Amino acid sequence: MATGTEPHQNSGGVRTRTRAAISAPHLRTDRWWLAPAVTAAGLFAFVVYSTWRAFSNAHYYAAPYVSPFYSPCLAENCKNMPSGPNADLFGSWWAISPAIIILIFPLGFRLTCYYYRKAYYRSFWASPPACAVAEPHAKYTGETRFPLILQNVHRYFFYFALLVACVLTYDTVLSFRDPHERWGHMGLGTLVFLVNIVLIWAYTLSCHSCRHIVGGKLKHFSKHPVRYKAWQFVGKLNARHMQLAWASLVSVALADFYVYLLASGVFDDPRFF
Amino acid sequence: MGAVERQQWDVVIVGAGGAGLRAAIEARERGARTAVICKSLFGKAHTVMAEGGIAAAMANVNEHDNWQVHFRDTMRGGKFLNQWRMAELHAKEAPDRVWELETWGALFDRTKDGKISQRNFGGHEYPRLAHVGDRTGLELIRTLQQKIVSLQQEDKKETGDYESRLKVFQECTVTRILKDGSRVSGVFAYERETGRFFVLEAPAVVIATGGIGKSFKVTSNSWEYTGDGHALALLAGAPLLNMEFVQFHPTGMVWPPSVKGILVTESVRGDGGVLRNSEGKRFMFDYIPDVFKEKYAESEEEGDRWYEDPDHNRRPPELLPRDEVARAINAEVKAGRGSPHGGVFLDVSTRMPAEVIRRRLPSMYHQFKELADVDITAEAMEVGPTCHYVMGGVAVDSDTAAARGVPGLFAAGEVAGGMHGSNRLGGNSLSDLLVFGRRAGWHAAEYVDGLDARPEVADDQIDSAAAEALRPFSAEGQEPGSGPPENPYTLHQELQQSMNDLVGIIRREGEMEQALERLAGLRVRAHRAGVEGHRQFNPGWHLALDLRNMLLVSECVARAALERTESRGGHTREDHPTMDRRWRPVNLLCGLADPTGGLAATDPERGQIDLTRETTAPIRADLLALFEKEELVKYLAEEELYE
Amino acid sequence: MSGYTAHFRVWRGDVEGGGLEDYKVEVNDGEVVLDIIHRLQATQASDLAVRWNCKAGKCGSCSAEINGRPRLMCMTRMSVFERDETITVTPLRAFPVIRDLVTDVGFNYQKAREVPAFVPPAELGPGEYRMFQEDVDRSQEFRKCIECFLCQDTCHVVRDHEENKTAFAGPRFLMRVAELDMHPLDAAEASGLDRKRTAQDEHGLGYCNITKCCTEVCPEGIHITDNALIPLKERAVDRKYDPLVWLGSKIRRRPAGG
Repeated sequence: MATGTEPHQNSGGVRTRTRAAISAPHLRTDRWWLAPAVTAAGLFAFVVYSTWRAFSNAHYYAAPYVSPFYSPCLAENCKNMPSGPNADLFGSWWAISPAIIILIFPLGFRLTCYYYRKAYYRSFWASPPACAVAEPHAKYTGETRFPLILQNVHRYFFYFALLVACVLTYDTVLSFRDPHERWGHMGLGTLVFLVNIVLIWAYTLSCHSCRHIVGGKLKHFSKHPVRYKAWQFVGKLNARHMQLAWASLVSVALADFYVYLLASGVFDDPRFF
Repeated sequence: MGAVERQQWDVVIVGAGGAGLRAAIEARERGARTAVICKSLFGKAHTVMAEGGIAAAMANVNEHDNWQVHFRDTMRGGKFLNQWRMAELHAKEAPDRVWELETWGALFDRTKDGKISQRNFGGHEYPRLAHVGDRTGLELIRTLQQKIVSLQQEDKKETGDYESRLKVFQECTVTRILKDGSRVSGVFAYERETGRFFVLEAPAVVIATGGIGKSFKVTSNSWEYTGDGHALALLAGAPLLNMEFVQFHPTGMVWPPSVKGILVTESVRGDGGVLRNSEGKRFMFDYIPDVFKEKYAESEEEGDRWYEDPDHNRRPPELLPRDEVARAINAEVKAGRGSPHGGVFLDVSTRMPAEVIRRRLPSMYHQFKELADVDITAEAMEVGPTCHYVMGGVAVDSDTAAARGVPGLFAAGEVAGGMHGSNRLGGNSLSDLLVFGRRAGWHAAEYVDGLDARPEVADDQIDSAAAEALRPFSAEGQEPGSGPPENPYTLHQELQQSMNDLVGIIRREGEMEQALERLAGLRVRAHRAGVEGHRQFNPGWHLALDLRNMLLVSECVARAALERTESRGGHTREDHPTMDRRWRPVNLLCGLADPTGGLAATDPERGQIDLTRETTAPIRADLLALFEKEELVKYLAEEELYE
Repeated sequence: MSGYTAHFRVWRGDVEGGGLEDYKVEVNDGEVVLDIIHRLQATQASDLAVRWNCKAGKCGSCSAEINGRPRLMCMTRMSVFERDETITVTPLRAFPVIRDLVTDVGFNYQKAREVPAFVPPAELGPGEYRMFQEDVDRSQEFRKCIECFLCQDTCHVVRDHEENKTAFAGPRFLMRVAELDMHPLDAAEASGLDRKRTAQDEHGLGYCNITKCCTEVCPEGIHITDNALIPLKERAVDRKYDPLVWLGSKIRRRPAGG
């Protein structure tokens, strides 16, 4: 016998006493750590960038473009954006960046999203780090109790995400005006916004909750042909939920960054017409 | 031997495939305390391999279908050698057995109007096979398994114990059926996991162990198919019927070597797949036998039209019964027109769009992709005959599934003989399992009910069964000078090679005589089959014990095949190439030469098996009336026609 | 068509202990890992315990861990490995070992019993069932399951936490609950059984953190997480976390139908 001839000392998990006496926490020979490492790096980069931008409270409007981080803008300290997504619901007592008010919703949507949950449970919490690789925690209760039981509210964030997507659609429509509010304009920014809004909608509609509400909850598709079609459509998107989650994350950051570059005067928006 | 654990049950069922589980459900529902013993885990039985479907004349797709048509197809497929009463019961009861599965949760593929969809299959006049993609066997076994669990849940509610009335002993092997006088009294078994022996005392035993394919080298059967039930019945004194009829499925994989024999479902052909030789020719048109001439297309165009319009065209010859197709492939390969790895080409890639193939044949697509790295949507498969099914088996009463001559012994499924005659139609095996599994469970429970006193299990029977089972551990040192211990794996390989080469798809007198001699030699050596290690999950030991069964069954096949001097269904003699009507009413029965149960017979001339001929009961007149006179003339013997 | 000699490490032992043993063994073209294990049995280790059956990926018996990944031995081609690679084969590490590559999978059979069976509709007899293909598609996907228990083995909820085995049914049997809940004619609700609620209350759906390893290892390619577990979570949300439904149940004193 080569290694580990003794049974385990009942230290739990794969080292429970009754299981095959193998001391290694896993025997994978592939680069199993690569996927969680890349995921962690990607998510971390976004968190850093978005925190900086959300709290900076500056360079978020360059007519006709408003950063998706600051839309809709719900406090008195918002920049005035002619016909833009201004709605002073919070009044003057809100002193810090107005982005914080609205970012709660997309953030909550993504935080409770079934794909992102997998991504951060694996990459940040190592629960598990990869399939058949032992996790480092002694106890595990999953989403059975507070706080993780709150993941079940994903559906309500989905409803809010729909509203946010509508506002961002409105913003994209406004980007067809020139800085003097005349229609018939299109710049590079318009294109960036178009791509972003398509991805945002695709991601939002590909959500598992959406799939459920649209038709997944039904027992008999045959009695609801329209909802069945809708369910099938959402199902096709849903199969790409992970790709859409990443694509829309990148596109929303890029859209914001583009506005930042314009607003801070790095360059002018190239116009197509 | 001391204390071997004994338990009392009413009915013991050996085997947990479709027939065994259906029998168990029936026996339990009729009030018998029922135990099921199986060699594998519960739910892994070979039934999962069945792909095509369950044949039942429900007339969901073609309204002209009914039990009479199904009966006719079955008799034709079996070349009229079938026990006609079994074929009749089977055709009549199959629809009920399928519908019943739905009430247990089965989900078959559906027609447009929400009924169970039915597909075409070789030898069936109408689309008749209820199916779920190409994994019907899995659906069947899972449904029965889940029905058993639901019965256990009921028992738990009533008695507090899941296993109070129905228990599955998984990963256990039965080595002997025990008897009290002429009657069954229980079984002797061992747990594969621990090697521990135990006895289940029961007045009724249902054998449902499946087939014998592991005696052949190229087979679609799994390791379990070692003819255990056939041998158990023989050793218990029950005769086996028509063991010469072994079905070689025409389309097994031929490459890579490690998967040689694994099945390529007939649905590939039912859904439009065609067979071609290395010259690209659809050779099956050259192999339509006279008895089928009027039923099959004469041109490729007509055959192709049939898929769309079956009412006005005849079916393509790729859908002839399995024996015909297997022989044709064999002949093409022999004539040098085979594929690179010794098969022929089965092509769907040029017949259907890739997406349709993936949807209709998902597990075939998967199987070739994973195992052979062949994309069947883009290239042809290579296929060749593989040992698939034994039509012969325990001789049973048609209505009750009771084995002959041994009160309390029942058999159902592949291990029972007679139902399929000389050749089984695809789809008829799953329905056979359900129809006769139920009947076996029913009559076993009824038999137990009618008994005044339970038969006894004598200690000496247990002792000798235990001694027999332990012999492989003491192979060395037995009878000094008799020879070195033998490796059971080597013996098994030699047995498979002999059966494949000498009693395979095409048979010759001289070769079968040679096979009998080789079997005698192997039998002597098998006495010295020794194993190392201990009794805990020891595969070498298990194989050494299974060798006894394979040798017995192989001898039956070889002897019966030598005796029957004609070609019919799953039995093809090169030296007697045609069907002989005089053999139609003749059954061949195998019995143990030394009914005292000793295993000492080693004389190659004599062997362990005695063969007797028996004339079958005439087919009932109203059933004969279902056929045209001209057709009957081709099959029935002179004297039968004038009755 | 050329053979070569491969280096295998196979776990040998039982519950009393054991370890990885080295073997040099011949490999031929087109073979799978199970072939090599069989060759070891026939030539070097006649008592090497291994569970297998159909050898075609249909029965789900030959589950093991190959180079640390849960897989079917019969569906793992040798050609996916480098010729000089050491191939490690161990038993499933989430279940108690019996001997060598054979584990005690009784946990799964116990969980199977805890899921209430299909409830046939009282008003329909055999032969009267009418179901449409689009209504059975979802459950049919789940019924492709061959019960190899690789998903149960890889799921960290029980693999890494033995103590969760009592509370958690595992992906295979949560999928079974989903299958029955989506069955167009299952009459559980009429009989007073709420599968959506019991999924969470009795079968431990909340333990699942949808990290998708079950889907990753499924040899049948069933989308366990996306098509069974998440929809089941959403159905539980319908029952338990939807304020509108909750309000409705307070007013009408019964849960809203789906």
